[in-house]
Amino acid sequence: MWQAHRTRWHPQGLEIVTVALDVDRTEALPFIEQAHAQHPSLVDEAHVCDELFGFVNVPNAVWIDERGTIVRPAEPAHPGSNPFTESFRTIDLSTLPPDIADVLREARKIRSDPAQYVAMIEDWLARGSDSPYALAPDEVVRRSGTRTTAEATAAAEFELGRFLHDHGDHAAAIPHWREAHRLYPANWTYKRQAWNFEDPMRQGPTDVYDSSWYEDIKKIGAENYYPPIV
Amino acid sequence: MILEELAVDAGVFEARTGWAIKPQGACKGEVCVPLPDSPWLADGRLDPTVLAERLGMPLVVDERRRVWALGPETAVTGRSLTTAVAPELVLPDAEGNPFRLSSLRGQKVLLVAWASW
Repeated sequence: MWQAHRTRWHPQGLEIVTVALDVDRTEALPFIEQAHAQHPSLVDEAHVCDELFGFVNVPNAVWIDERGTIVRPAEPAHPGSNPFTESFRTIDLSTLPPDIADVLREARKIRSDPAQYVAMIEDWLARGSDSPYALAPDEVVRRSGTRTTAEATAAAEFELGRFLHDHGDHAAAIPHWREAHRLYPANWTYKRQAWNFEDPMRQGPTDVYDSSWYEDIKKIGAENYYPPIV
Repeated sequence: MILEELAVDAGVFEARTGWAIKPQGACKGEVCVPLPDSPWLADGRLDPTVLAERLGMPLVVDERRRVWALGPETAVTGRSLTTAVAPELVLPDAEGNPFRLSSLRGQKVLLVAWASW
């Protein structure tokens, strides 16, 4: 979906770089091939970008200006209506198994505002640093997410798990991913990545993890899954 | 970052974390954190326990495998960004070729995270 924007925005001096937060790069490659993107399409198997830029969910993005300064920290970044997620809104839930229907019922409550986000980017392209959406460095740091010792420890635990999984010991990865989830419940990339290995269809309850997408989104309220862009 | 022993090359540390070791200390963007006189091991590599302590980087271990992971810094701002200066990022593209974020200097960049899951 970003490619259509890239066609319009690249002549105005903006490049899009997409990064797939996928421990197993082979899971991301078919999507990249299908997108026929002209922009750099990268794969981040270790979720390095979570640490370096503060991503906690997808889609998330940062804006970087011509001098290499971040002018907006990590935040939800929806490029437009997604046909896959839009289908959640029209499907007849009564035709689905109850657990799948429950998941989609919550997914329908998720809020995003792609029109606002795209308009903000276009204002930045038109006005550069004069755009009110391009923030000063101190404000960028202030608005970036918290990083407590627990959250930083979760990053290390997640990476240990990824290392062990990558070396063929998936079972050894699980305790580290469980600990990452416990320490940093607001990081959905650590949770969804791990849940997906056990239940790719629903990311549902398993005997491996204490949490699941459905249970956790019920806790926070689906309308809070993506914080509003401010 | 993953450590298979308790020692880290300064260049590798900088590439992964964005922290460069300079005479004035460990530096990221405009921020520098003084280091003790001896952050270096006898073999010329850095002692990650010193970096962990000074930068507030959690150091965790998988005891069975004897492999460590050094988490991101917490000591300077308590935020996920220590500075607004974008760190260098080198990741493989779909063909496996390394791509450097800094190669786009001079253009605006929208760096977007997504996932297959």
